[in-house]
Amino acid sequence: MATPTRIKPPLGHDNAWWWEQAAEGKLTIQRCSGCQTLRHPPRPMCGECRSMEWDFIEASGRGTVASFTVLHNPKFPGYDYPLTIVLVDLDEGTRLTAELKDCDHEAVDFGMAVESFIHEDPDGFKIPMFRPAKGDA
Amino acid sequence: MPISMKNEAAIAGIGMTKFSKNSGVSELSLACEAIKNCLDDAGLDPKEVDGLVTYTLDSNDEVEVARAVGMGDLTMYAKINYGGGAAVGLIQQAVMAVATGAAKNVVVWRAMNGRSGQRMGQGVSGDIISSDLIHWSWYMAYGMLTPMSWVSMIANKYMKEFGVTSEHLAEVAISQRNYALNNPRAAGFGKPLSMDDYMNAKLFCEPLRLYDCCQETDGGAALLITSTERARDLKQKPAVIRGVTQASTRGQEQMTSFYRDDLSSLPEMELAAKRVYDMAGLGPDDIDAACLYDAFTPEVVMQLESFGFCGRGEAKDFVADGNLRIDGRLPNNTHGGLLSEAYIHGVNNIAEGARLIRGTSTNQPKGVDHVLVSSGVGVPTGALILGKD
Repeated sequence: MATPTRIKPPLGHDNAWWWEQAAEGKLTIQRCSGCQTLRHPPRPMCGECRSMEWDFIEASGRGTVASFTVLHNPKFPGYDYPLTIVLVDLDEGTRLTAELKDCDHEAVDFGMAVESFIHEDPDGFKIPMFRPAKGDA
Repeated sequence: MPISMKNEAAIAGIGMTKFSKNSGVSELSLACEAIKNCLDDAGLDPKEVDGLVTYTLDSNDEVEVARAVGMGDLTMYAKINYGGGAAVGLIQQAVMAVATGAAKNVVVWRAMNGRSGQRMGQGVSGDIISSDLIHWSWYMAYGMLTPMSWVSMIANKYMKEFGVTSEHLAEVAISQRNYALNNPRAAGFGKPLSMDDYMNAKLFCEPLRLYDCCQETDGGAALLITSTERARDLKQKPAVIRGVTQASTRGQEQMTSFYRDDLSSLPEMELAAKRVYDMAGLGPDDIDAACLYDAFTPEVVMQLESFGFCGRGEAKDFVADGNLRIDGRLPNNTHGGLLSEAYIHGVNNIAEGARLIRGTSTNQPKGVDHVLVSSGVGVPTGALILGKD
């Protein structure tokens, strides 16, 4: 029997590029070509200037924990529990929801400094995650 | 000059099915039974119904319901989006129809095999690439698959910021269970809940334990909305709609409004509060009881601040002082709510609001002139104020 894997994101016009960049090892942020506003999650139009032109930047990967939760139940196949999910304020000013690795679930806290890395599942799927920032303590 | 909706319409009928964990019948059957009971309660012939409103999530098409119940001509039918966020939106739609003449007698309903069939608590998955699915996918890929997981992200921040503890959440759960003890329809009927039961229950998504989460229910609930004038000629005491609104605010997502500066308030509920109070010409001091949407206990706590029953960060003390209990400042969800009566996506909470105005709740507090009812939390939502004729 195949090992269960995480639910893969469906890839549509508005989000596939972000996952393609992740597969290349990059955490990226969409940027409006009209007014340079960064936005996440990606959308087809800039809510500030209504431009539909955009590109993206590679994020520094540095940020702090704005909120978090630890999931214990129900346990879905393809995920490791307790599963710590953090809402990260990236240094660039956007927010991102992702898993926190390499951190005891009782040690995670608000305001904690984290850094991103690209996690690779056993099936080769790549997904941005975070871990505690090194040398910050 | 806009058409006023204040006092134009009333809830004139309430109908329920039995609530269970396995109905053994179709969702269409549940809808028909709830609607028949509602029309019997009001004393209105089904042929007089000309408007129907339900949830986009409801599986029953209006015309199937109309055929089965034996309704006649329909001139208004609509479905409202956003799960439990639709709840009082149904009432708004019905009031707009009555106030404008689009329809005279509007039935709103929600019928679901919410335990034996499609369980809301099981969350999302799927393979049709819509903007909605892409929205969920930012969370699905990381294992945030259930409503509990989305709600916990906001609840955790709110609790940290204001020092809210599990004991405060437990008080919400226990106060509502105490009401359910007297309500034969309720899942919690005759089943007391102690602080030990609460604390020892299974941990789901921190900070949420089992009893912080609503029921999953098979059942239906229906309401009849007609003009206040017509309602006076029907069988029951009208629950007059003083104010009603839907509300969604900047940066709104469905359950995951994680990208606003402030994570520990409910801006859409604050908009709902302002709109509904303005329309009704009332304020929090005028509200005698409430049915605040309670899919999860922290949502009740947060809404006490959104609706101005206490200041920012003070809801925990308001709760701890017993104010949600029958002799407290704001008896809340006196039927047991979604937590302890049934999860009919909030229509059962609106029904209890109407009962409180009629004076027929199984836990009727003294002196109820105005009741506030809210829709789902963390989604595009709404609020409703009911009063006496």
